[in-house]
Amino acid sequence: MVTFNLLILVSLAYVIFLFAVAFFAERRAQQGVASWMRAPLIYTLSLSVYCTAWTFYGAVGYATRSGLEFVTIYLGPTLVMIGWWWILRKLVRIGRTHRITSIADLISSRFGKSTALGVCVTAFAVIGTTPYIALQLQSVTLSFDAFNGTGRADEQGLQYTAFWIATGLAIFTVIFGTRNLDANERHHGVVMAIAVEAVVKLAALVAVGIFVVWGLGGGPMATMAKIDASPMANLELQTSRWIGITFTAAAAFLCLPRMFQVMVVENADERHLGTASWAFPLYMMLMSLFVIPIAVIGLDLMPAGANPDLFVLTLPLSQGREDLAMLAFLGGFSAATSMVIVAAIALSTMVSNHIVMPIWLSTQKDGATVSGDVRHVLLRSRRISIIAILFLGYVYYRLSGGGAALAAIGLISFAGVAQFLPAMLGGIFWRGATRVGALAGLSAGFIIWMYTMLLPSIGVNGVFPEAWMQGGPADLHWLRPRALFGIEGLDPVVHAVFWSLTLNTAAFVIGSMLSFPSPLERLQGAQFVNVFDHSTGPRGWTHSGAATEDLMMMAQRILGPDEAQTLFHAEALGQGKGAVLPDPSPEFIDRLERELAGSVGGATAHAMISQIVGGASVSVQDLMAVADEAAQIMEYSNQLEAKSTELQRTAGQLRDANEKLTALSVQKDAFLSQISHELRTPMTSIRSFSEILRDGANLTRPERAKYSDIIHAEAIRLTRLLDNLLDLSVLENGQIDLQLQSGTLGQVLDRALASSGAATENLRITRDPDGDDIALETDLDRLTQVFINLITNAAKYCTADAPHLQIRITQDGPVSQIDFLDNGAGIPQASQSLIFEKFSRLSDQAAAGSAGLGLAICREIMSKLGGEVRYLDGTGGTAFRVRLPTGTQIAAAAE
Amino acid sequence: MGKHVLLIEDEPNIIEAIRFILSRDGWSVDTHSDGANAIERVQSMKPDLIILDVMLPNKSGYDILRDLRDDALTAKLPVLMLTARGQTKDRELAERLGVNEFITKPFSNSDILASVRALAGAG
Repeated sequence: MVTFNLLILVSLAYVIFLFAVAFFAERRAQQGVASWMRAPLIYTLSLSVYCTAWTFYGAVGYATRSGLEFVTIYLGPTLVMIGWWWILRKLVRIGRTHRITSIADLISSRFGKSTALGVCVTAFAVIGTTPYIALQLQSVTLSFDAFNGTGRADEQGLQYTAFWIATGLAIFTVIFGTRNLDANERHHGVVMAIAVEAVVKLAALVAVGIFVVWGLGGGPMATMAKIDASPMANLELQTSRWIGITFTAAAAFLCLPRMFQVMVVENADERHLGTASWAFPLYMMLMSLFVIPIAVIGLDLMPAGANPDLFVLTLPLSQGREDLAMLAFLGGFSAATSMVIVAAIALSTMVSNHIVMPIWLSTQKDGATVSGDVRHVLLRSRRISIIAILFLGYVYYRLSGGGAALAAIGLISFAGVAQFLPAMLGGIFWRGATRVGALAGLSAGFIIWMYTMLLPSIGVNGVFPEAWMQGGPADLHWLRPRALFGIEGLDPVVHAVFWSLTLNTAAFVIGSMLSFPSPLERLQGAQFVNVFDHSTGPRGWTHSGAATEDLMMMAQRILGPDEAQTLFHAEALGQGKGAVLPDPSPEFIDRLERELAGSVGGATAHAMISQIVGGASVSVQDLMAVADEAAQIMEYSNQLEAKSTELQRTAGQLRDANEKLTALSVQKDAFLSQISHELRTPMTSIRSFSEILRDGANLTRPERAKYSDIIHAEAIRLTRLLDNLLDLSVLENGQIDLQLQSGTLGQVLDRALASSGAATENLRITRDPDGDDIALETDLDRLTQVFINLITNAAKYCTADAPHLQIRITQDGPVSQIDFLDNGAGIPQASQSLIFEKFSRLSDQAAAGSAGLGLAICREIMSKLGGEVRYLDGTGGTAFRVRLPTGTQIAAAAE
Repeated sequence: MGKHVLLIEDEPNIIEAIRFILSRDGWSVDTHSDGANAIERVQSMKPDLIILDVMLPNKSGYDILRDLRDDALTAKLPVLMLTARGQTKDRELAERLGVNEFITKPFSNSDILASVRALAGAG
């Protein structure tokens, strides 16, 4: 009888052995002499971390319940290894090229280093893995219990055992997984230990199998007969479950954090995949070979009610083969520990890199400049994460009651991590995939998975009340966790996988199509999807003469052919190589990088050079810097564009100003031409008649007198014209000084009428005395000038037989209005706006000898006095109205 | 002698002066003081020579000259142009339109007389 203490002793000894293996491997790896450790076989064996206690113990139980269905768990990964080998190759290449540390890192990097995605995937991975860890605890607990003799320990004792197992595994993992921090998150020692464990568990299972078939079953033929005769042979395969679970297993194989760890992160050479693609299926085949025989013979020999999940252990025990049972125990222990160690390492890496580090960095004001600090924080966060993850597993074990079949728990976990599949495959094959789409898909998938699978698994009335399970929340039938959207009759696992992955994929695709990727996302997307174009093969870059030519070609593109050739030629001369290309010496490469940086920015230059010279991959940091530079260049070009728009506007303003000046110049020409005409016309008469008078001959006295009068009148006209021009010029240039005086409107009108005098002898003038008392405080002389002008205009231009001018004063609020109305023909509407312009004379008024400046002067004066003069239409004759603000006191005086 | 001159001019004093100068030399002078109807006046009167002001009410002297030159009957009619706008471009425009003589105001009486004599003799 193996005692409990002996069992613990053996376990401890085994752990110490594993630790020694790991330590040894680590040492050899550091010394660089452990090339055999990087053999494809070790890689293949490390993949066996897929085969956990579930496969070791649970497969037999699974087979007793569902017959051949257990094969699906092996079939999925086999299909991936054989059929989807190229997906793995791409994943491995991306992982190596971009130094991916976990599946969370892969997805967050692909979608623009998204912190949100990193956190999301990490959280989901922890939640998805928790049932799986609980499964390992349960199986190890059960195996301990099986050795304890009774096989039926009290529940409290089991929980006690489970707790100590969890604690032991936590310590073990902390010691194994966080001994040191490798830049690439590689753990040579752990991989080696896992390979050893893979051999142990395979050997144990095969040994038990052989013992069962030949020792108990009476040889292969007899065993086959027993299989045919057993009720298991009659278990029907449900096609939907078969396909669904195979697919889930395949997806989980790609997405499980621990599988990603060993397959991608710990991969030392891409070519190892080639070996693994046939060797790993072979390993799984061997693992599954004896499952059915052990199940059938176990059912045959073991008492009814014995847990079939433990047949691997209990069959040898029942036959007194404690040595074999011990081997089987160690095999199961290996399966459980390898899974827990790798999963805890993978998860703790994700937690520390994607949750703890971002938080820690954001709390550091100066940024993490001391690397020792970061290292310290990382290690501690990883250790705490590992302990927390195992504690979570223990809590789930307690909650789920520890009674569920191992396979059922495993499937929950598989379906959970399978939610990463759309974002992961979409990310590496579809450039259109975006961060928004990935977040939407992951969230949708996980919510459905939790609702339909994880939460219902936590016992009857555990999270959801039973009524809820049967009738849906708040009696919403279509929301029943096991019959979503009213789809009934599906197997719960198939139902959950179908809905979660369908909605996940749909949300991912739709979200991606509706959103636009950021520049960094686009860059990363291109890098990931076209990873084989951007990276070098497994053989690595060997320095060759081609490097310089490539550098030359690149430099020509960026610097231009002449400058690039000058640069290379000078360097070649400096190296004493004459006309040939220079060697790509470090100094030259540094210099070239500086030259290129001047043109394309430092980060871009560095990325380009290292791509050519080092064959090194472009890191995410490089890419981010490139994106920053691109953004700066765009910013700069935007500024240029703004400047050019501004220039265009300025040019437009200049053009406008020029047009105005040209127009002014044209106006000035027209004005000068007008003045010339107005001056020359009277001068013509004066000259002509003075010549006639000078010649003197044959002139009658009346003729002589008449011609003298003409000369005199034209001279006066000339003088008046010059006076008016000067007056207008002074008024227009604003050089006028107003002489403010006090008086009344009546006084000003009297003066104007008196001054008009002789000119108005044919004009009858009537005045209304109303408003004569209005007091004025203005330039009375200028106002008089305006009135004289209007009165003499009436005298000159009124064509009525009995010309009559009426002057009247009215009040419009604070403004006094003085109207001059005659009984003449009036001015046509079209000309009314012209009469106030300089030199504007209506055609038939030439005879009056006016230059057409009077009204222009009136307008200028009134504007200076704060009033206006305008033509009054519709009075029947010609009418002008002068408006002058005189204030309300004047209005009072007017009444 | 006894040739007909049509004076198209709107300034009464200038009309008076030119009429005096030419009448004394034996010309018969008719006057027209508006741009409008000037062509009709020329066609009905058939003068031997026209003295044409540029700045006329309603129709400029340039437009009248162009119309005269466009009409076969008056295309060769001697035209003496008077203008108070003495700029070079005015003279050039007049010459392009086919003026025979171009005199700037204020003019000397003897110049007018000599030009009229020369043009009428040539016509």
